[in-house]
Amino acid sequence: RPHSPSNSKRPANCLSLSEESPIPCPHAGCMRGTGVAMAQLAVTFCNFFDSSVDRVTVHFINKDGEKLTATAKEGESLLEVVVNQNLDIDGFGACEGTLACSTCHLIFEKDAFRKLDPITDEELDMLDLAYGLTDTSRLGCQVCVKKAMDGLTVRVPTEVADIRRELEVGKQSK
Amino acid sequence: MAMSSGRVCWKWGSPLRRPRPAAGWRGFSRLHSTAALAPQICVVGSGPAGFYTAQHLLKHHKLAQVDIYEKLPVPFGLVRFGVAPDHPEVKNVINTFTQTAHSNRCAYYGNVTVGKDVLVKELKQAYHAVVLSYGAEDNRVLGIPGENLSGVYSARAFVGWYNGLPENRDLKPDLNSETAVVLGQGNVALDVARVLLSPLDMLRKTDITEGSLAAIAGSKLKRVWLVGRRGPLQVAFTIKELREMINLPGTRPLLDPADFTGLGDVVKDVPRPRRRLTELMVKSALEKPGEKEAARWASATKEWGLKFQRSPLEVLPAADGKRARGIRMAITSLEGSGESARAVPTGEVEEFECGLILSSIGYRSRPIDSSVPFDSKLGIISNSVGRVQGATGLYCSGWVKRGPTGVIVTTMNDSFDTAQSVLEDLQSGLLNLSDSKEGFECVRSILHSRGVQPVTFSDWEKIDAAEVARGRLVGKPREKIVDFQEMLQLIGH
Repeated sequence: RPHSPSNSKRPANCLSLSEESPIPCPHAGCMRGTGVAMAQLAVTFCNFFDSSVDRVTVHFINKDGEKLTATAKEGESLLEVVVNQNLDIDGFGACEGTLACSTCHLIFEKDAFRKLDPITDEELDMLDLAYGLTDTSRLGCQVCVKKAMDGLTVRVPTEVADIRRELEVGKQSK
Repeated sequence: MAMSSGRVCWKWGSPLRRPRPAAGWRGFSRLHSTAALAPQICVVGSGPAGFYTAQHLLKHHKLAQVDIYEKLPVPFGLVRFGVAPDHPEVKNVINTFTQTAHSNRCAYYGNVTVGKDVLVKELKQAYHAVVLSYGAEDNRVLGIPGENLSGVYSARAFVGWYNGLPENRDLKPDLNSETAVVLGQGNVALDVARVLLSPLDMLRKTDITEGSLAAIAGSKLKRVWLVGRRGPLQVAFTIKELREMINLPGTRPLLDPADFTGLGDVVKDVPRPRRRLTELMVKSALEKPGEKEAARWASATKEWGLKFQRSPLEVLPAADGKRARGIRMAITSLEGSGESARAVPTGEVEEFECGLILSSIGYRSRPIDSSVPFDSKLGIISNSVGRVQGATGLYCSGWVKRGPTGVIVTTMNDSFDTAQSVLEDLQSGLLNLSDSKEGFECVRSILHSRGVQPVTFSDWEKIDAAEVARGRLVGKPREKIVDFQEMLQLIGH
């Protein structure tokens, strides 16, 4: 797994708890805000005691159709969800969230897509190079998890190359 | 070849040994049930294609050993030597490649030229599978008179020069002209234009080499034209790079409104990438700029522009007969439309004054060995989903497989596809694991006998650390070492 993005271009409204938080958690003994390395652990503790820190369930339908379910934190980008929870999606997030590739391309259902924050020109520019581009495509590094997204299902596109490949294999087996 | 047959894989008898027919299907399953066999695989070339192929193989086969061979001492191919210095984000892929190289089932051997230090057939004897991912180390040539005059360079060499590729370190391009022409309208053309025109304060913070930064700082260049044989609907660059160029501080775009009038309607129904790309050009050429943009354009000291329907005929020599002073171009008209439109000379000719000409009309792969089928028309190894035609156990990925186009995601997907072909052939028994292969142990003795000392990944990490340390002194992410010998000295070779 790539290490945590250092120069990531995340949307301004994304408040990730995987980055160091300047505000210490009110819970006694909670170490949130004490350091990047401890932040993830601390978040887990906080969640356990504090229902106001929201956990959101997100499902990813992988290339092979397998459903991967993750518990995301509000404010994380979907790329961070995949990285932090070690979801096994081949080649996801090659540029580590810097808007320089399109490997974290995800496809949304229409209704969910409409509720997302507006898309920037720069994100559209990279999406234009994505495999299997659809009208409801977004880059995972640019979409922040919100409470209202609980139960969201997104699809990892099946590469065009894969379809070609299936045809090729089909031809050979005949 | 001066290769003594006894030296190769001596432990295993004759190097010319063929896979034994007795160890076919049944042999495989019998052995498989008693002891799990590790496939020995090697990858030739350590650019994105090589590393993504290795990554996929290691991830999806829990026993595979993957060795990566590289001609240069240092890894990562075009990520290090091709990606523009002001695009550090793209270079983040190196982090994943480094993780791959750190796998205890992966080894890196730099400073080994396959085809010279070790032959493809020797690799085939040492490994169950050989993946050729050596990219496109050549460029297409214009094939016009005057191409060899001073002041004319391939964009490839120019990129290699500012990115510290050892073979291009002495290019010393002549930057004393005010106008440059880049022949070609792809992302490489935009990269060189951007690097030539970028404010020095921006370039200084990148890993551009010290020498080229100094040369660019001293250049007289004010204007760069990107010239294409076809029209605005056929440009090959992508929108991210175009937007970056349009927004480049200190510069203004020179776009002839006549080239773009009416195009907005033409692209309404074409696929989104081409439509958005065209719309951005149309907007910049035809619409009144916003206040901020207008102010930037007004104060700009440098400019760049797109010229269409011009096909180079001849580079014109200066009075001394040595340097370029301009270029003669045929004006073309388009036959057909869309991506497949063809440029046909109209008979009209135009001459254009410029002292710097960079040809950026595409990279090209070279054949590595006469034993590997090569399609010289397409400039690729003949293959089907990465399986080299008529050569069991031989594969290819990346540019040498599909041609020199596409972005990192394209190479990633195509390398995963090739790796998948290898995995399928391992599973089907086409690659016979009971035929034991010695892997690097065999190659080590070959290299040793030829006096070649490979560079390991930890050696590279020493070079890397030295480069980063030198960069830190001058506020850059790294100062690349451009001298081959200096690299080798640093690691005690």
